[in-house]
Amino acid sequence: MADTLQFDLVSPERLLASVEATEVQIPGAEGDMTAMPDHAPLITTLRPGILKVMSAGGDAEYVVTGGFAEINAGSISVLAEQAVPRDEITQEMFKSMIDAATDRLAKTQDAYENEPGPVDEAAKLLADMVAMGDEIGLSAN
Amino acid sequence: MPSLKDLKTRIESVKSTRKITKAMQMVAAAKLRRAQESAEMARPYTERFNHVMGKLAASVGDNESAPKLLRGTGEDNVHLLVVMTAERGLCGGFNSNIARLARQEAEKLLAAGKTVKVITVGKKGRDAIKRDLADKFIDHVDLTAVRNIGYSDAQSIAQNLLDRFDAGEFDVAKIFYSKFQNVVTQIPTMQQVIPADVEAEDGAEDDGAFYDFEPDEDAILRELLPRGVATAIFSGLLENGASEQGARMSAMDNATRNAGEMIDKLTIQFNRSRQAVITNELIEIISGAEAL
Repeated sequence: MADTLQFDLVSPERLLASVEATEVQIPGAEGDMTAMPDHAPLITTLRPGILKVMSAGGDAEYVVTGGFAEINAGSISVLAEQAVPRDEITQEMFKSMIDAATDRLAKTQDAYENEPGPVDEAAKLLADMVAMGDEIGLSAN
Repeated sequence: MPSLKDLKTRIESVKSTRKITKAMQMVAAAKLRRAQESAEMARPYTERFNHVMGKLAASVGDNESAPKLLRGTGEDNVHLLVVMTAERGLCGGFNSNIARLARQEAEKLLAAGKTVKVITVGKKGRDAIKRDLADKFIDHVDLTAVRNIGYSDAQSIAQNLLDRFDAGEFDVAKIFYSKFQNVVTQIPTMQQVIPADVEAEDGAEDDGAFYDFEPDEDAILRELLPRGVATAIFSGLLENGASEQGARMSAMDNATRNAGEMIDKLTIQFNRSRQAVITNELIEIISGAEAL
């Protein structure tokens, strides 16, 4: 059994990371999960949260705002909508993410007055975003 | 026969034109490198995205419950053409090639009795389309103010498309852009984005692995498909950006060369006429002296 897996983090604009990782913690839509080598094939969507990559060269953390991940026995590809290394995230960046999520919530509330589904989703997105901010020590306001 | 002075002004003016085209060529070359880089950086995402989409499509199959974005509306009557061109001209056949491809497609669809609607991205495309398909034109996206194309620009275009799709304004959407191959070759390309044009991949290459899905296929597809539209548009925009600069570079290179040739020609003409004037003067002096 291989003891590492190929981890790729890509956003639409660029390839952020491509390393041999031993362990990857993914903020999945239905809960966090840790993927290690020889994981069963899985495709999951992401919620806003922190992605942790453990590799021989040290750990790395990225803030992702959503997207999805494809997990295979030997590789993980994370296709993030937006991804920023945790050290590089600033209060302004976080604020703009929060604003975008708030905006979206307001818009869905307008668009789907009688359907709770999409509104709940948008509200959850915002709540996830705020929770993520708490975790990295940035305030939503 | 133009006078010496006329020739001189012409040479000067062609020279300054050459300076301008030369400068434009160099600017385009610098921009091309950046545009090409960003197009290349976006490629891994697109590739992987299509890979995952293929997996999903294979797993969902022709399921009745598949989202409309994948399956289509079941009809094929109203076609929306999204024509993506540059905001600026002076780049050879770049804009007109894209517009021509779109026009041909529109004509083909119209001949088949379909309804055609057109959205343009980029000023030059709008001008060309307004001329030929004015009554089909419904919207224009202005990117003049955008210096570097970002994913959010593509997202807003995609959102525009999706809103129209949800409102039932069209059945099929296609985007037109120019694929960047190299500096001299850009291929005008048509790509269908709605319903998503995915090749179902079987799991053979991954030892027939079957994927688990979290939440479930449908939920993932619902999230993925709108994103697929944005991704296709984004990569189209980036390819377009690189193509535009490439086309401009070679167009300006040609222009610079032509200007050079013209200067040579004019200089020869100038020298000849100057020589003719001198000879004339000499003849006058000599014949004057002989007459004495």
